[in-house]
Amino acid sequence: MKFRAKIVDAACLNHFTRVSNMIAKLAKTCTLRISPEKLNFILCDRLVGGGVSMWCELEQENFFSEFQMEGVSAENNAIYLELTSENLSRALKTAQNARTLKIKLTNKHFPCLTVSVELLSMSTSSRIVTHDIPLKVIPRKLWKDFQQPSVPDADVSIYLPVLKTLKSVVEKMKNISNHLVIEANLNGELNLKIETDLVCVTTHFKDLGNPPLASDDASRDRDPAEMAEVHVDIRKLLQFLAGQQVNPTRALCNLVSSRMVHLDLLHEDVCLQYFIPALS
Amino acid sequence: MKCVVMGSNVKVLGKAVHSLSRIGDELYLEPLDDGLSLRTVNSSRSAYACFLFAPLFFQQYQAATPGQDLLRCKILMKSFLSIFRSLVMLEKTVEKCCISLNDRSSCLVVQLHCKYGVRKTHNLSFQDCECLQAVFNPASCPHVLRAPARILGEAVLPFPPALAEVTLGIGRGRRVILRSYQEEEADSTVKAMMTEMSIGEEDFQQLQAPEGIAITFCLKEFRGLLSFAESANLPVSIHFDAPGRPAIFTLEDSLLDGHFVLATLLELDPHSQDLGSSQLHRPVPQLQGHSTPHQDDFANDDIDSYMIAMETTVSSEGLRVLPSVTLTPGPQRHCGPGPHSEEEDNDEAEPGPVPGTPPPKKFRSMFFGSILDPIHSPQGPSPVLAEDSDGEG
Repeated sequence: MKFRAKIVDAACLNHFTRVSNMIAKLAKTCTLRISPEKLNFILCDRLVGGGVSMWCELEQENFFSEFQMEGVSAENNAIYLELTSENLSRALKTAQNARTLKIKLTNKHFPCLTVSVELLSMSTSSRIVTHDIPLKVIPRKLWKDFQQPSVPDADVSIYLPVLKTLKSVVEKMKNISNHLVIEANLNGELNLKIETDLVCVTTHFKDLGNPPLASDDASRDRDPAEMAEVHVDIRKLLQFLAGQQVNPTRALCNLVSSRMVHLDLLHEDVCLQYFIPALS
Repeated sequence: MKCVVMGSNVKVLGKAVHSLSRIGDELYLEPLDDGLSLRTVNSSRSAYACFLFAPLFFQQYQAATPGQDLLRCKILMKSFLSIFRSLVMLEKTVEKCCISLNDRSSCLVVQLHCKYGVRKTHNLSFQDCECLQAVFNPASCPHVLRAPARILGEAVLPFPPALAEVTLGIGRGRRVILRSYQEEEADSTVKAMMTEMSIGEEDFQQLQAPEGIAITFCLKEFRGLLSFAESANLPVSIHFDAPGRPAIFTLEDSLLDGHFVLATLLELDPHSQDLGSSQLHRPVPQLQGHSTPHQDDFANDDIDSYMIAMETTVSSEGLRVLPSVTLTPGPQRHCGPGPHSEEEDNDEAEPGPVPGTPPPKKFRSMFFGSILDPIHSPQGPSPVLAEDSDGEG
């Protein structure tokens, strides 16, 4: 099992750092899947995470100038690693003024992801910072838990409003109650509702737009004004929004009535999918 | 005693107090003929810091009223620090600072003369105290490195603020290496990230140490000195000896000098302080580290043999990492001043370390000589301090 990759471009490095910061905010521990074409950050729906799952995918050639990997075997050409996300984002933080960044899978008393940064320095000598991030290697028999979640057939698909606005609304609502109702329809309307004995607060977003329906989509027959609704724990939505420091290129929300909220984001070339289950 | 500090020197004084506050809870203030000395020591007596401000630093400096003995006093660091708490405020509003010691009222009076006629007077009660004097001599340390504070500040930047200890050493190619030091935990399932910074020799004004030497000391205390040095833009010299012997950090200019003496870790196991990526299966030369950027081949990555071992013995628990590393018994920390006290330490050390037991945590300080009145020496479970102060600290 081998892995080694290098980033030399500053813009790629910054983008990779931003992705890593986002992952660190979304999941304390996550699984990194390395395959010849892609890198994935995965959180599978364990009770520990409260049932949320996350799937983030990036094409390695958009970031790395060099990328070499050898999986566990030729038929199973992938590597699954479990690490503390904050370690990676902290390691990348020191790479802000880097000439090059190298990532390598190593074994120093225990398996590590070694991030080695060559810093730009005013003097002639180079400065090198190295971080060894401890890992757990996930054995092949558990790989099935970390596959790409199937995208469910949504009742309603709608584009999200500006995430910053959404976040400030949700933050204020959290003070009132933890039980949030998200509802949306095919007319581009999205509502967030909080209800307690004393007060009921609803925020309405209009004219958001819906993605075009596929020709065989069951939702075609749906009344466009009919709302699909999902009840979720507001903190999970807030955690998701807290991870979005930059406004994404595209943000979609798919609601499966009474079952789950599927958030589908695209940050330039990195796709992030986040699944929040409905409250039982 | 009476000292008057003017203008921007007030901020310098404030910064020095901030620095000292990172070390100890009590400030020993002593006006000497060659200047005002501010000293402190930490509770485990494994770190000592001292700033000496020359008479020229002050607009007016009077060590003692004629005919009186030189006074020395001990005040609570917290109280003294609160006067200089906001450095921004000091810089913007304080024009003059007067410090006077009045033995009749047993009060240390600190008066800040600020803009617009505002005058703040602080009366701090103090205790008479013994002289706090650490026994150390930078000249007796065979190794030294010196660099501008900025370089050292940049060197510690990648390390997490919470990191307690760091190892400093010279690696292959005469590169100076700083590496985070983690104690071997009994609970080996949660490992911490290891960070290493490697700097070329050219960034140092002086580097007199052999390749392979390494010492481990408290990073938090070092940062205290660094923050002062960076603001004053002074070079820092680090004088050190073998691991276990105290390391002396100095900075000076024409108006002041500072000394921080920190205990270093004495490792019983010669390899645990290695700066090299030593592996269990294959010995590699010490201090290989990551200093050479060309080490890109996989020859040193033993992940395959690890994987083979793992695949053949993986149980249904799946994710548990094989405890393939047997931890060597933890280090015992002393910084004895000589072979004489090391023998004593062995007598008093815990009876044979049990593998897996967390190592004893204390850095025991041995460099305080008998200048301390025996009545005042610390009681309790810490072993006896150095017998006498002959020889180096």
